[in-house]
Amino acid sequence: MNPDEGDDALYPIAVLIDELKHDDVALRLNAVRRLSTIALALAPDRTREELIPFLDESIDDEDEVLLALAEELGAFVDYVGGPTFAHLLLAPLETLAGVEETVVREKAVESIGKIVAVLSQHQVEESYIPMVKRLSASDWFTGRTSACGLYAPVYTLALPQTQELLRSLYSGLANDDTPMVRRAAATHLSKLTKKVQKEFIVSDILPMFVKLAEDEQDSVRLLTVEDLIAVAESLTTDENKTHLLTILQSLCYDKSWRVRYMVADKYVQLGKAVGNDIVREVLISAYVRVLKDGEAEVRTAAAGQVPGFSLLIDPDTVLKEILPCVKDLVTDTSQHVRAALATQISGLAPILGKDNTIEHLLPLFLQLLKDEAPEVRLNIISKLDKVNEVIGIDLLSQSLLPAIVELAEDKQWRVRLAIIENIPLLASQLGVEFFDEKLGNLCMSWLGDCVFSIREAATTNLRKLTEVFGVDWAKQAIVPKILTMSTHQNYLFRMTTIFSITTLSQVANADLLKEFIIPTVSTLAADPIPNIRFNVAKSLETVIPIVRKFAGQDPALGGALEETVRPTLVKLSEDADQDVRYYAQRALGVLQG
Amino acid sequence: MADQDNGWKFAQCFGDKGDVEEVTEADIISAVEFDETGDYLATGDKGGRVVLFERNEGKKGCEYKFYTEFQSHEPEFDYLKSLEIEEKINKIRWCKRQNSAHFLLSTNDKTIKLWKIFEKSIKVISESNLQDAAGMGGFTDAHNLKLPKLVHHDTMIAAIPRKIYQNAHTYHINSISVNSDGETYLSADDLRINLWNLNISDQSFNVVDIKPVNMEELTEVITAAEFHPTHCNLFMYSSSKGTIKLNDMRMSALCDQHSKLFEEEEDPQNKSFFSEIISSISDLKFSRDGRYILSRDYLTLKVWDLNMENRPVQTIAIHDHLRGKLCDLYENDCIFDKFECTFSGDGSNLLTGSYNNYFHIFDRNTKNDVILQADKSAFKAKRVGSTKNKVGGPAGNGKKAGTGNRKEDFANVDALDFTKKILHASWHPRENTIALAATNNLFLFQQS
Repeated sequence: MNPDEGDDALYPIAVLIDELKHDDVALRLNAVRRLSTIALALAPDRTREELIPFLDESIDDEDEVLLALAEELGAFVDYVGGPTFAHLLLAPLETLAGVEETVVREKAVESIGKIVAVLSQHQVEESYIPMVKRLSASDWFTGRTSACGLYAPVYTLALPQTQELLRSLYSGLANDDTPMVRRAAATHLSKLTKKVQKEFIVSDILPMFVKLAEDEQDSVRLLTVEDLIAVAESLTTDENKTHLLTILQSLCYDKSWRVRYMVADKYVQLGKAVGNDIVREVLISAYVRVLKDGEAEVRTAAAGQVPGFSLLIDPDTVLKEILPCVKDLVTDTSQHVRAALATQISGLAPILGKDNTIEHLLPLFLQLLKDEAPEVRLNIISKLDKVNEVIGIDLLSQSLLPAIVELAEDKQWRVRLAIIENIPLLASQLGVEFFDEKLGNLCMSWLGDCVFSIREAATTNLRKLTEVFGVDWAKQAIVPKILTMSTHQNYLFRMTTIFSITTLSQVANADLLKEFIIPTVSTLAADPIPNIRFNVAKSLETVIPIVRKFAGQDPALGGALEETVRPTLVKLSEDADQDVRYYAQRALGVLQG
Repeated sequence: MADQDNGWKFAQCFGDKGDVEEVTEADIISAVEFDETGDYLATGDKGGRVVLFERNEGKKGCEYKFYTEFQSHEPEFDYLKSLEIEEKINKIRWCKRQNSAHFLLSTNDKTIKLWKIFEKSIKVISESNLQDAAGMGGFTDAHNLKLPKLVHHDTMIAAIPRKIYQNAHTYHINSISVNSDGETYLSADDLRINLWNLNISDQSFNVVDIKPVNMEELTEVITAAEFHPTHCNLFMYSSSKGTIKLNDMRMSALCDQHSKLFEEEEDPQNKSFFSEIISSISDLKFSRDGRYILSRDYLTLKVWDLNMENRPVQTIAIHDHLRGKLCDLYENDCIFDKFECTFSGDGSNLLTGSYNNYFHIFDRNTKNDVILQADKSAFKAKRVGSTKNKVGGPAGNGKKAGTGNRKEDFANVDALDFTKKILHASWHPRENTIALAATNNLFLFQQS
């Protein structure tokens, strides 16, 4: 090897290493991001002995650099020489877990969680546990907050006596003076609960949970809903009744709406965790309460849980207890509540069955379809397929069609769009006659909509309808209408004509291509508007390969390609407009190829 | 009278002590606040600067020394509304300490900033790869690679803005208050109160909105707001109509409904053109235990018990002698001065300011009202070593220093200098030491 080349080989690494301490943050950040490259160059020995201590000493940097460092160190086990030395990474991460910026601390905790998985029991006892002890007893709350996240990952790896220590240390954190630490303890308690052996749940975990769930700070209590679920899942139904009933009730009826919100938001999980008995005895009445809560946010969360929770109880109770509340929510004063309900209400149809859906739910659907807020209407429309499965399209169309037709002309284009997207589904179930009679004109009127997205969706809709009803239907129902549009004086209509034709060509047969598509497009090539002309060229570019496909069946089509399409394109390629020439050239290329 | 000052003595004065009549506008102190330990004291001024003072441990007694200074806010221009945004610091609030650094919130009319103040050790690189490459013979071998070596160069106190919370207030911010949960704080402007998470600077929740649909129907503005010291769900705000509303955030997301309304029925006989102006509450504070509320209006200090809404438990007349002068005070805008008020750390004493650099320390138990003056005469007297350093005579009223009773001077309306006023003051959380802003000077007094 040439010595000069040798010089260069390590030169970039040398620069990178120097950049770890560069004045420019961007360069430091980059160097940290490529820490693995540096470590590879240094080899595991020097990484352990020099790089890691160096990093540990230099943790007084900008947050973004620290964040990157915390992340890199999580994947650093291989670079220090494998799991045997993995515990060495804990030192810098411990320092990072004590900095003031929350995201850096969280990332450090996450990385520690990755490293603990490869540690041996010896390493756990000698390095990890002491670190947990130090952080749990650190002077500033930042360290103690981070400590809360370190218990769950290590618990199952520790020796029994250490586990006992961990439980008691955690209890200290759950009783900390600062609300920040108690919040962190509440956040991580659910994870720890899942790891702790069953026999210690009641004796050790439960007291901590009760303490946190009765905390004076709302911000702590609201985090315990998650813990409640975890505790309830690890206990038997009977134990749940003895230990959790009161606390569950107090959370459901908490004075703070934020706590009730969390309960409402996790209601289904909560119901599943505590078991059927408690659901019947406590949760049903409590659910009725949250559905009628004074705070709109709580009702919104509760409305989202309606079908999920209804699955947990028998249909009669749903009818008797839940449905009256749902009826009230349909006319709720807050549109967010109604919107949440509109998304979920159709989920009740399978639970209630056909008859009940027709009797009770259909009027509610209709009401939601007429809601003043577009978001509500949109949500209910997009979930209609579920109802369709239960009551069948006949009933659905009879009762809902007037509302749908009304919505098809809604002021909000997103609502119109949602309706269009549901049309093929409706069409396939309604059958041709019914469709032509009720919806045919509507579909064509969308082609002239003032919003481009609607016109675009309308053309796609035509293609889908052709797929459903066949090409013959398209010839009779669609083609004449498009033809009239091709001579409309507004160029936007003529533009839509081209788009529809292009889309239709994908599902067309030889006849349609020969008699309708090619002639219409070619006629439009003489349009005075350049935009139309170059779209003709673009359209032909798509149509040509399709025509070729059918040319084998119908020789006349091959002729049309030469007799009509080519001259049109040639003419366009000599157009005065540059864009028209460009697209015509492209289409000619396709014709040639 | 054994000691009309009740043991209160001048301790320190910071700022330009000369007799210059012209004070630079930017040097006028607009906010004073002790931190929760009392070891640090922060002031903000009209020039947008924040100055921190540190307890001088070496000295006996309570003495502070300069710690650091930084530019918190700069003058800005809102191009959309063609409005100048002053850099003046309206309020400073310390956050709970979470490590060796200090955190505080400072605000001007529109923008709140979270500052981190910490001792930064400045290190310089003594060895690096490229610097020493010449002597090493290139980078042929990985053994030649080395990590940069740093040597300690100097320690400096750095202040960096950790978070900037902006674009949330249409009107002028008058208060900020950190919540006991350590996670959130509120900011109040004339018509709205917003709730923030300290970690999130790009969104806040509106918890109070008293803006009428039609601004012509506006009859009331928010003048101050504060969180309860221990219950994270409670906060209160005062209005220009002299009412204090206590709100419970547990009840609903938007706190339109107050849970308590503290208001004193006005005596119809006293009603005058100025009634509404002088009843406007300029500042309010919770006592440390959260049991009492202290409010200040133009003429009085009031102490309210959280459990009694219909009248204050104590009303202390501060400006009774000004009742006859309201017309003049209206003319020269002084009637709109916003005097702050504060409880002592143990809640037994109240502090508020007045004109001519006078201020009151009122003992709630003995009803003893001490009137002192944060004036240059105070430290001059100390400097010459006078044993009678409770010099009373306000400068320029013609009386000989030390001869008059300060209470008489205080009430001598015609001799008061209305340009000198103690608007901002803070009480050490654990000791009887107070800090007062007198124009461009920071005064510290303490009780021996």
